[in-house]
Amino acid sequence: MFHHALEINEPRCIGCARCMKVCPTEAIRIRGGKAFIQGNRCIDCGKCHEACPVDAIFIKQDDFQSIFDYPHSVALLPAVFLSQFPSDMSVTRIYAALKDLGFKHVFEVESSASVFAEAKGRYAEHHADDEPLISSFCPAIVRLIQIKYPSLVNNIMPIKAPLDLSAMYALKALGDRGIPREEVGIFYVTPCAAKIAAVKSPVGEKRSIIDGVINMDSLYNRVYKKIKEQGKSYSFQPSKSPNLSADAILSTLTNGERRLCMAKRSYAIDGLQNVMDFLDKLENDEVEGVEFLELRACDQSCAGALLSCDNRFLIGERMYNRARKAAERERNGEVPRDREIDKYREYLLANANVDKVQPRSMMTLDKDRKVAFQKMERINRLKEFLPKVDCGLCGAPTCDAFATDMVINRVGLTRCVFYQRHLQQKNEITRQECLAAMNAVWGTDRMNDPKD
Amino acid sequence: MHQEYTIIEGDFVNAGKASSSVKKTLKQLDVNPSVVKRVVVALYEAEVNAIAHAYGGKVLVDIDEDKIHMVVADKGPGIPDIAQAMQEGYSTARPEVRDMGFGAGMGLPNMQKNVDKLDVKSTVGVGTTVEMEVNFS
Ligand SMILES: Nc1ncnc2c1ncn2[C@@H]1O[C@H](COP(=O)(O)OP(=O)(O)OP(=O)(O)O)[C@@H](O)[C@H]1O
Ligand SMILES: [Mg+2]
Repeated sequence: MFHHALEINEPRCIGCARCMKVCPTEAIRIRGGKAFIQGNRCIDCGKCHEACPVDAIFIKQDDFQSIFDYPHSVALLPAVFLSQFPSDMSVTRIYAALKDLGFKHVFEVESSASVFAEAKGRYAEHHADDEPLISSFCPAIVRLIQIKYPSLVNNIMPIKAPLDLSAMYALKALGDRGIPREEVGIFYVTPCAAKIAAVKSPVGEKRSIIDGVINMDSLYNRVYKKIKEQGKSYSFQPSKSPNLSADAILSTLTNGERRLCMAKRSYAIDGLQNVMDFLDKLENDEVEGVEFLELRACDQSCAGALLSCDNRFLIGERMYNRARKAAERERNGEVPRDREIDKYREYLLANANVDKVQPRSMMTLDKDRKVAFQKMERINRLKEFLPKVDCGLCGAPTCDAFATDMVINRVGLTRCVFYQRHLQQKNEITRQECLAAMNAVWGTDRMNDPKD
Repeated sequence: MHQEYTIIEGDFVNAGKASSSVKKTLKQLDVNPSVVKRVVVALYEAEVNAIAHAYGGKVLVDIDEDKIHMVVADKGPGIPDIAQAMQEGYSTARPEVRDMGFGAGMGLPNMQKNVDKLDVKSTVGVGTTVEMEVNFS
């Protein structure tokens, strides 16, 4: 089983099916009046979380208190975290608040952006046959390809994402300062659900070196509160040089990887629907000569991440501004602190590879083609009974998905309200049977009169 | 299992409709991805030819447990010399078709390369029928 970060809070779920309608992999069904996520189809993109009107879909994180289990707790911050705050909030203040909250050390994920770029470059030199090479940056994309585009898994570069490279860097750097591994706890501050899933069940690796995950929105609240508490009295040595280079800051935004890659032809595509439209074409060999693809599940990439606390365009703007300032300081001869990673560059590059990504197709009806063929014929026959309006009243997102569910999960055709009417006309179904079919999907209390 | 699609002359926008739908079916049947790719590439080329060189037509697909049989039949000018048309690089594509990125004269050779059986029949002034078969294993 694969770990998923998204879970349904059943008591809170009102069974409105909005999540089911937006899920790009048709992973959600309604049963007994509650949404249900099918684990083998979920890519943790978080579209359902966005669509839920009552916050019944939550993102599981680790207990914040567990940072105190380690004498040396590390906050591994994505660049978008700093851009959640208004631009007049200084980085120094945010860092000071993080220390006050209990983190001993702060590392930024993007400090390894240049190592990640180099690892991809080296890989690309020897893998022209697998072009277009697809970046491993976005874990929702990696999972999407595994389940929906299994023929493209070999195009994914089997390289650790910046998050893992920076965690390795932090461990190594702290180790060099004499801090033993057992005393270090690495806490990744995640902007999205997919990255949590990637940490908890990594693709192409046995286990992750990250010790815990904290949701970006919850940390944002804690930091904000802390800053308010501190007022003007906080103590922190501001560092003189910028933390990240401009390239590193931009790397999480759309085009951030593409602008640095050497490919003659490449695309940067953000938004799941856009990505799927392109992969459909790619899978058919309809696009030729493309060397590199930067694919991101979220609109505006990580600026539009699920756990962002502000509008994606405002966050993107702050990131650009931060990058512009960093570039100016670099031009004035200041060396960004992320160059410290250069000491460990060779070590990181030597350990940057993971196993090839394996397909996990959700498309297949059966491993045995003979059986799959029979199932498909039954599905096609059942489809002829269905109205093709994709109303969702059967508890499946589309008529096609329902037809498949009938054959795979043995749910009954009477769940279709059109078919019910059809049977009623011929007097072949009782009122009780109709109600029972509705109740199976929508729960037992949905047909009651509203209370006064 | 039988599927049918209609091809409309000059409708390049919808080129690939049949091959995309066939792709989805074959994925569900757990056909090896490299075989799926061969089927899709060959069918796509045949679809484009019916759109570009003829006046539209029909795609008839039959799938059974171990092979796929595809017929792309069009009403069109026909091919006077099939052996010549099969040669790599031979093309009579009009300039406006070339502007769309077609017309390298690689379509028919590509079909030949990707399928297990290819049969092209054509009558000048009447139309062309391309029949292809791919075994799943
Ligand atoms: N369905 C058809 N009807 C009429 N002529 C055809 C048809 N299919 C192919 N031809 C002729 O055969 C030639 C070669 O076809 P082929 O598909 O190999 O190349 P193309 O279509 O010209 O270019 P490409 O397929 O590389 O874009 C065409 O230029 C055309 O003259
Ligand atoms: Mg052609």
